[in-house]
Amino acid sequence: MIKLEKINKSYVTGTNKLHVLKGIDLTIEKGEMVSIMGSSGSGKSTLLNILGILDSYDSGGYYLDNTLMANLNETKAAYYRNQMLGFVFQSFNLISFKNAMENVALPLYYQKVSRKKRNRLAMEYLDRMGLREWADHLPNELSGGQKQRIAIARALISKPKVILADEPTGALDSQTSLEVMDLFREINNDGITVIIVTHEHDIAERTKRMIHLKDGIIEKELVNKAYSYA
Amino acid sequence: MLDIDKWQEILSTIRKNKLRTFLTGFSVAWGIFMLIILLGSGRGLQNGVERNFGNSATNAIWIWGGQTSVPYKGMKPGRYIQFDNKDYDKTRKVKGIDKISSRYSVRGNGMVSYKNEYGTFDIRSAHPDYKEIERINVLEGRYVNHIDIKEKRKVAVISIDVQKALFKDEDPIGTYININKIPFKIVGVYTDESNNNRTQQIIYLPISTAQKVFMGTDRINTLVVTTGDASVAESKKIEDEIHNELARRHKFDPKDERAMGSWNATEEYRKFQNLFFGIRMFIWIIGIGTIIAGIVGVSNIMMIVVNERTKEIGIRKAIGATPFSIIGLILMESIAITGFAGYIGLVLGVGLLELVSSNLPDLPFFVNPEANFNVAISATLLLIVAGTLAGFVPARKAARIKPIIALRDE
Repeated sequence: MIKLEKINKSYVTGTNKLHVLKGIDLTIEKGEMVSIMGSSGSGKSTLLNILGILDSYDSGGYYLDNTLMANLNETKAAYYRNQMLGFVFQSFNLISFKNAMENVALPLYYQKVSRKKRNRLAMEYLDRMGLREWADHLPNELSGGQKQRIAIARALISKPKVILADEPTGALDSQTSLEVMDLFREINNDGITVIIVTHEHDIAERTKRMIHLKDGIIEKELVNKAYSYA
Repeated sequence: MLDIDKWQEILSTIRKNKLRTFLTGFSVAWGIFMLIILLGSGRGLQNGVERNFGNSATNAIWIWGGQTSVPYKGMKPGRYIQFDNKDYDKTRKVKGIDKISSRYSVRGNGMVSYKNEYGTFDIRSAHPDYKEIERINVLEGRYVNHIDIKEKRKVAVISIDVQKALFKDEDPIGTYININKIPFKIVGVYTDESNNNRTQQIIYLPISTAQKVFMGTDRINTLVVTTGDASVAESKKIEDEIHNELARRHKFDPKDERAMGSWNATEEYRKFQNLFFGIRMFIWIIGIGTIIAGIVGVSNIMMIVVNERTKEIGIRKAIGATPFSIIGLILMESIAITGFAGYIGLVLGVGLLELVSSNLPDLPFFVNPEANFNVAISATLLLIVAGTLAGFVPARKAARIKPIIALRDE
């Protein structure tokens, strides 16, 4: 599903050149549940941005579903993000003036799905998250856990092949974190590839494969033997 | 355009910043309001001037005899120049002339009577073309025609005021009135579009009849010709040609400015037109300047809006919004604010003009200030262009927002 070949990325700030990713080789199969770990500055956010086609890379190759993601213009990138990827963020990133249902339905708006159909689908996904009664509420009327579940519903509604989650539990208490992780696991059981960036060990341990990044290279990869597919 | 979601988003951002949107909208509305008021006033001024031309053709040349002021070919100055029917016949042959009439006014007021009603009115005689030259609007019957001239018929065309004075409610057509005790058959009733009361107190007769009945000569007071759609230069050339021919026939120095009087309406009218064209341009420049101030305001607001919405735009991009859809969002908002505010300004401006127009006392040089359809269309187009311009820079900025920067957690 995802194949990275010798990905290099550096940032230039003034005269300083910061080499963030130093030749990453990585393959993630369809239906895997993977966590990317590393301390801050390890390059894990940059890696996620490249995986999410939010950022470009300097050299190497990134294949998403066997398609090379290189030299994409904004419109193309938007298309692939919309069709292939679903994002879940630490700070939820819901649109504050839209209610829960409208937030969930938004990716379908950019797929030109009719208003009626996308609202119906959004209600279905909210139902799956157990948030049907909250459909009319604005994000600031909801708890962190509820917000994150809405964000996950939004990521899922476009039926993506890959879910990219950036510290999805970073702003949640431990109980809610576990619930959210269970949700990711359910999603994964439906066959969707899930990639979670985190620095928390107990979160990473709830994925099947842990990739440790350090100073822009993959330091080690661990397969979680305790992980069981339901 | 009819995308409900887009409009909902625009409305929700507008609602979030009511005061700011109001102030920006106000500056645009004010700009358009001022433009409409200024253009309407300019138009009112022009209408006033044009109405003063309104009683005669704007392409006419009027010619009348004067008194010589320089000696010429052995003759002393101080001779009176008197035109007659031969001058009319000669002048009609000049190339470029469309309509021609001579005019002869019976000296003093005519005593006019019908049954027991009496009145004194101006008695004026002319050729059939005079109807077009003076823009006489015949309400009933007809004006003087060529057969009247040829057969020197005793017929008269009276104004609606004369009718009211002498006939009350009776139909005057076909009846006889006495002018200086000579009976004339009434063949038409007219009204003159000018507001000038004097032109409504005139009775028109065929010139040949008047010359024979009241004077026994072939003298005329005034010659008037129209020049079709000739330019000012062409009209001046025709005027010179007539002038030289008359000077030759009546033996006066063509350079003697007092021997013959003339008034070229084309030239005068064109001067006014140029003046008003200048005024209109000036008004547009001021109006557009005011609107530009409004545009800058809208542009500023949209810039702030884009800055505030950076994160939201980033989210949208992350879930698949194309740059084009982001540009559309910002542009539409900008056009919506400018368009709506401008439309209010337009309506208020036109409304005020209508109000002034309907309550305006009769002023000689200010009539019916109005913003016509073309002005409204131009103003609307201007608004759309303004809205697009105002939104363009902020929209481009929004489209360039990188989702990773927008999504970075603070």
